[in-house]
Amino acid sequence: MSHKPALRNPRLESAGLDSWIVRLFEDIDEHNLLWLSALSRRCEQAFGDALIDLVPSYTTLLVVFDPLRVSPSDARTLISRILVDLEPDDSAHAGEIHELQTWYDTSVGPELSRVAKHAGMAVSDVIDAHSQQVYRVFALGFAPGFAFMGLTDPRLECGRLDTPRRRVPPGSVAMAGRQTAAYPAGTPGGWNLLGRTNARLFDRAREGFSLLRVGDQVRFVPVSREEFEREGGDTTPMEPLA
Amino acid sequence: MRQQANAEPCIKVLRAGPLALLQDSGRFGVRHLGVTQGGPADLYSWAWANLLTGNPWGTANLEITFGGLQLVAGRDLDIAITGADLGATLEQKPVPLWQRITWKEGETLAFAKPASGLRAYLAVCGGFVAEPVLGGVACVTREELGGFCGMGAKLAAGDHLSVHATELHAGEGLKQAPREAIPDFSQPAVLDLLPGAQIAHFAGRSLFDAFNTWWQVDDRADRMGVRLIGPRLNCKISTLVSEGINLGGVQVPPDGQPIVLLNDRQTIGGYPRLGSLSPLSASRLAQCLPRERVKLTAKGSGAVLEEYRSFRALFNANSR
Repeated sequence: MSHKPALRNPRLESAGLDSWIVRLFEDIDEHNLLWLSALSRRCEQAFGDALIDLVPSYTTLLVVFDPLRVSPSDARTLISRILVDLEPDDSAHAGEIHELQTWYDTSVGPELSRVAKHAGMAVSDVIDAHSQQVYRVFALGFAPGFAFMGLTDPRLECGRLDTPRRRVPPGSVAMAGRQTAAYPAGTPGGWNLLGRTNARLFDRAREGFSLLRVGDQVRFVPVSREEFEREGGDTTPMEPLA
Repeated sequence: MRQQANAEPCIKVLRAGPLALLQDSGRFGVRHLGVTQGGPADLYSWAWANLLTGNPWGTANLEITFGGLQLVAGRDLDIAITGADLGATLEQKPVPLWQRITWKEGETLAFAKPASGLRAYLAVCGGFVAEPVLGGVACVTREELGGFCGMGAKLAAGDHLSVHATELHAGEGLKQAPREAIPDFSQPAVLDLLPGAQIAHFAGRSLFDAFNTWWQVDDRADRMGVRLIGPRLNCKISTLVSEGINLGGVQVPPDGQPIVLLNDRQTIGGYPRLGSLSPLSASRLAQCLPRERVKLTAKGSGAVLEEYRSFRALFNANSR
């Protein structure tokens, strides 16, 4: 990674009595994650037990603290001091690497053909383009363990569905715009479905609960239907949208 | 620590009503995993219910929305009901709110419908028993987390609820809320807003409107957020790169109608925000019924901190 964007103009914005939004960057960039990771570590040290939550996302970090232990103005001072000499966290550069076994098939990924048509590519080329890239987790949100990853091959860029599905099956691998994700649980969703993974993305019995964290790297590995089923994958087909 | 072994199912749900949920103070330290906060929509009334039953801060009690809930006690229990007046009765006689009362074995406690406010809190001395999930028992149906079963289920007819055994003796602790501590939910709410986030990007006229309008609470209001209807607020930016959003955040989507984010909101979002309601104003808004009117007023963090500190200090001073 050759270039490291400097912090040009970090800003602190109030997000309530118990929190500040630290806006480090304006635009989405993989390198932002090195800075967000460093800022998170420094906030953990500076706030100690008074820290309640840290929510990193693309360009910002939401810092939530106990206002009975640190006043909003003291919290602002603490964060401002950190920003003075913040250095990107190169150890976060790699992130944890995950390979998600994915069965790409129109029966569980009904929008494979929509994305292919939109890109002017064959379905097999869409699968290649989607699975050959290593993605970075930019943010978690929408639902427990739902990781927003990117960016995909620009040729695959494709808008959301006009009408979201009422329920997307767990494990569904999807994309929207130049982002990609896998649905941890059955939730409503408007992204284009390409296939299904057998990875357990969110597990309340697992240490740390979520398989993926902000900054992690993810690759979708195409597997056959047989392999997918053998590893416990659910092959129940989707109804295509009317 | 009270032992779960002392717990016994001692309340039976006869009728569940539309929405009754177990709520502790919420889930913390897991928001970076996309897990929402949960917890009581009206923190103020929830805390008072615990205070009046001698329960420590954070003890889980029931949040009853709209009413319709009917319960029968399997043994004598000391309880307190705070928050909205949902026409609660014990054996068809009106129940006094905001004070500790005894619910006798075999008696039916019934909630009717909102007379004033939207959400009532029922605390039992000792607290309800449930196994924490991701650090809390707060019930979030959308995430299938928490509640009595751990899977985010609201109360259902036929459920048996367990209560921790307690050593509270009659006469111990604060038994009744002073009159001035009891909110009047029949009055239009004035909500304190800490300006912040993208407020500088709103047009001057829209800022004037934001703070000089009686906003109407929309039907689209739940534990995730409350939509307000009024003049269209224009922001120079329509969407943002998604970022963490906090309790009480007032976001304005492109249709110009604000949405105040409450306990079960998604953890990140991409609409510009005017700022955030104070914790106690978020509580107050959670008691508003559709078509009720609210006004936003800008407050500095000093005044809001003072208010929050005295609220929490009262609790700590009287807690066992």
